[in-house]
Amino acid sequence: MRKDKNKYSISIEDVSYAARLSRIELESDKMGKFREQLNDILVYIDQLNEVDTEGVAPTSHVLTSMRNVFREDEPGTSLPNEKALANAPAKSGNFFKVPKIIKES
Amino acid sequence: MGSKYETVIGLEVHVQLATRTKIFCGCSTKFGADPNTQVCPVCLGLPGSLPVLNKRAFEYAIKVALALECDIQGTVKFDRKNYYYPDLPKNYQISQFDMPIAYNGRVVLTSGDGERAIGITRAHMEEDAGKLLHDQDPASSFIDLNRTGTPLLEIVSEPDMRSPSEAYEYLKILKQTIKYLDVSDCNMEEGSLRCDANISLRTKGSKALGSKVEIKNLNSFKAVRDALLYEQERQEDLLEEGGAVKQETRLWDENNAVTLSMRSKEEAQDYRYFPEPDLVPFEVGREVVERIRSELPELPSAKKSRFIECYGLDAGDAELLVSERPVACFFEAVLEECDDVRSVLNWIKGEVLKHLKEHQAGLDALKLTPSGLASIITMTASGKISGLAAKEVLKDHLVSGRLPSEIVKEKGLEQVSDTAELDAVAARVIEDNPKSAGDYRSGKKNALSFLIGQVMRETKGKANPKLAGEILSKKLSE
Repeated sequence: MRKDKNKYSISIEDVSYAARLSRIELESDKMGKFREQLNDILVYIDQLNEVDTEGVAPTSHVLTSMRNVFREDEPGTSLPNEKALANAPAKSGNFFKVPKIIKES
Repeated sequence: MGSKYETVIGLEVHVQLATRTKIFCGCSTKFGADPNTQVCPVCLGLPGSLPVLNKRAFEYAIKVALALECDIQGTVKFDRKNYYYPDLPKNYQISQFDMPIAYNGRVVLTSGDGERAIGITRAHMEEDAGKLLHDQDPASSFIDLNRTGTPLLEIVSEPDMRSPSEAYEYLKILKQTIKYLDVSDCNMEEGSLRCDANISLRTKGSKALGSKVEIKNLNSFKAVRDALLYEQERQEDLLEEGGAVKQETRLWDENNAVTLSMRSKEEAQDYRYFPEPDLVPFEVGREVVERIRSELPELPSAKKSRFIECYGLDAGDAELLVSERPVACFFEAVLEECDDVRSVLNWIKGEVLKHLKEHQAGLDALKLTPSGLASIITMTASGKISGLAAKEVLKDHLVSGRLPSEIVKEKGLEQVSDTAELDAVAARVIEDNPKSAGDYRSGKKNALSFLIGQVMRETKGKANPKLAGEILSKKLSE
């Protein structure tokens, strides 16, 4: 791992933003800890930049030779309603039930 | 707009592709099933499940893109669009970010002065979200995930439209074209075609774009036009008062005919797109593209030009006929058995479309056949039945599907064109109506129509009115 720990200066705002995007509630005294850890992760991943990728096409998948995996438009089996709802924290009749989502208007 | 501003509009249209099953799993896409009964581990986003692309959805998407004159991309991949909302069980939507299925198409508008091409930036495939119900319970929202995973094609236009009515026409032609392909119902009221609109104003002559407003919650073509008209005026007023348009998303409130700010958070959406690792890339071979291209039907604009050229129709009539493919096909099928273009056109424009409206159905829902209408027209032309009787025959035929000749026979609608028989009736009518007969003889020529009416009554409407008139006037001049 590189020694240059300050290469990415993740700010407290970045940590709080990432937490909000992930719907994670972070106590303010934890912010510093996560800031440091996220920074470490980026520095670690940055080692990949040492590889010479000149002339290599961007790779989005590891299975580089696999292409065009399709299924035919034929109906398969769906779950019965009670199974579909089996893991739901809350349900009502045939529906999943969640805290009221108010449209922002 | 007669002001110093120019309106700039772009539309994002989502079309549900009418496959039997969902885009990444084998669940049915049939509308109207009990809630949460057309779901499986894949579309519920259960851990360990894997999506597999529906081949038909892929081909339908290519078909639409080709009809919109897009360039189909050689390599196509899917990406995850991350956001949290209860109608999205995986917390990401599988969509296409930087390698969509197609770029660079166009829709040609024809209603203005000459043709105007509206550019299509791109078209990409994605999965639909579930349906939220907010009105079932005061404290909760209910979720039905049957719609989750229905294949969608999103078609993004360039900001090329310059008025709400151009946006309306663009949508109309887009819908018409896609319906010709038989790959979507394109019903805005039922949600199989959805549209968000972007609108901004700029000073005429300016190249830079003004701050744009995105309008959502548009549930009909009319709503699109009305919302854009409202928003155009609102932005103009703001600018005239020296204010600025705030870049934001607004909702169309149909009941009050206004757009309302969504008052969303200041920060922009951050979807953190990244390649969907569960779907390998797709390569679209030239031969596949060419095969699908060869399967494209003649599209409305080409059909319209051909109708004008081949049948001598005017632009309005041609447009009316091609507006729905079944009607256009029906028109040509009737012409195969009856070459009187004018009559066929008038019958379709008049009676046939009237019945379609009354039955609120498409042609395929009625039992009307091309040879049925052809024979009605032929019988009318030869004088076998009157125009009035012809309408009655059509009305019966399109519901019962019986042969028009049978209907004529059974209902006794055949016109009496037998001169001897009409001669006798005419003589009786003249005898029974001496006053009208006298009026006619003394020069009141319109007394004749009364007498013709009497002949029609005597024959229960079966007399050939033209012939009856001839016989009557001949007798009265004797």
